[in-house]
Amino acid sequence: MAACGTESNGLLERTRMGNLIDRVSGRKRSAISAKERLQLVLIHDRTDLTQTALEELKDDLIAVIARHVDIDPDAVRINVERNGREQRLVADIPLKGVTHHRGG
Amino acid sequence: MSAKIVTITSGKGGVGKTTAVANIAVALATNGAKVCCIDGDIGLRNLDVIMGLENRIVYDIVDVIEGRCRLRQAMIRDKRLPELFLIPAAQTRDKTAVSPSDMVRLADELRGEVDWVLIDSPAGIERGFRNTIAPADDILIITNPEVSAVRDADRVIGLIEAEEKNKPSLIINRINPVMIKAHDMLSAEDVLDLLAIPLIGIVPEDENVIVSANRGSPIVLNSKSIAGMAFRNIAQRLEGQEVPYLDLDNHGGLWNRIQRIAGKN
Ligand SMILES: Nc1ncnc2c1ncn2[C@@H]1O[C@H](COP(=O)(O)OP(=O)(O)O)[C@@H](O)[C@H]1O
Ligand SMILES: [Mg+2]
Repeated sequence: MAACGTESNGLLERTRMGNLIDRVSGRKRSAISAKERLQLVLIHDRTDLTQTALEELKDDLIAVIARHVDIDPDAVRINVERNGREQRLVADIPLKGVTHHRGG
Repeated sequence: MSAKIVTITSGKGGVGKTTAVANIAVALATNGAKVCCIDGDIGLRNLDVIMGLENRIVYDIVDVIEGRCRLRQAMIRDKRLPELFLIPAAQTRDKTAVSPSDMVRLADELRGEVDWVLIDSPAGIERGFRNTIAPADDILIITNPEVSAVRDADRVIGLIEAEEKNKPSLIINRINPVMIKAHDMLSAEDVLDLLAIPLIGIVPEDENVIVSANRGSPIVLNSKSIAGMAFRNIAQRLEGQEVPYLDLDNHGGLWNRIQRIAGKN
């Protein structure tokens, strides 16, 4: 079974453990599903930010940044991270090197 | 005397609010404090039967608020502990019979009478919930290690944060160590990590809770019950004592980690 968690939601450790148990039992234990699902549901409940809204935000962000620097849209990652009861929007936007600069 | 007013709430119904109020109140009164419980679940009166006081009710909270009796007349004295009282909910009225400011006035009047006021909250996040949190100095959120209970707890914590109240503390009730070990129940550590508020108690699933409800004799009065011990520990933590968490699975590992997490809060 493929890991469904993303690193940014603090799921990495859980997901690794989940994979181990998946391999042994052939099925994800329910406590792990519960925690992973709750992590996503709570972020949504607390921020009112849906996956669709996040995708739109990402597209807008890419358009703005691409006006100033050269980036690869497919490499952009944007996620909501949880720290205690605070949520933050974290964007990882790799910049292309000047050698790859597209001439005008 | 200036009472501390503590409300126990959860969002979801059936997670153990009434059980917790009755038991923490009895534990505080056993330690020598003067305690008054208020049943804030108007229309669904229950704290009286859990405390075994249903036959003593003459007046209720709405009678006090509407001036049909004096505060002292509605305070039913417990049959075991002379320093423990209950103000019952009205059974034939609904939550609109009481407003948040009525509750603040009532609680302020009680401040001079007792050391602790414990308020039992109804399920939901509407008027009844607002009524019970309005007068609270401190709020205890109670939840179960289940997805719906944790989600509702998170929502209620969010609403309380918006009210500029003191940060609430968490009671995790109905922990089943066997299911946790089988990875089929969220652990206390998981719930604490998700909700991210300070912990004040972990109460195991214990069938004696149902037996004691049948008898109208709160579980803290049963010295052998592990749930009773957990509620006594919560009362002591409310009083400001540092009490270690029970080693519910007799293996140390998880519980040592909980102790450390709890210590950090
Ligand atoms: N720790 C526990 N172990 C076993 N049963 C419990 C425990 N806590 C509560 N219960 C049971 O759960 C049910 C709901 O509890 P109650 O206190 O009435 O919840 P609420 O007031 O939140 O609706 C009751 O039947 C009660 O006896
Ligand atoms: Mg109740």
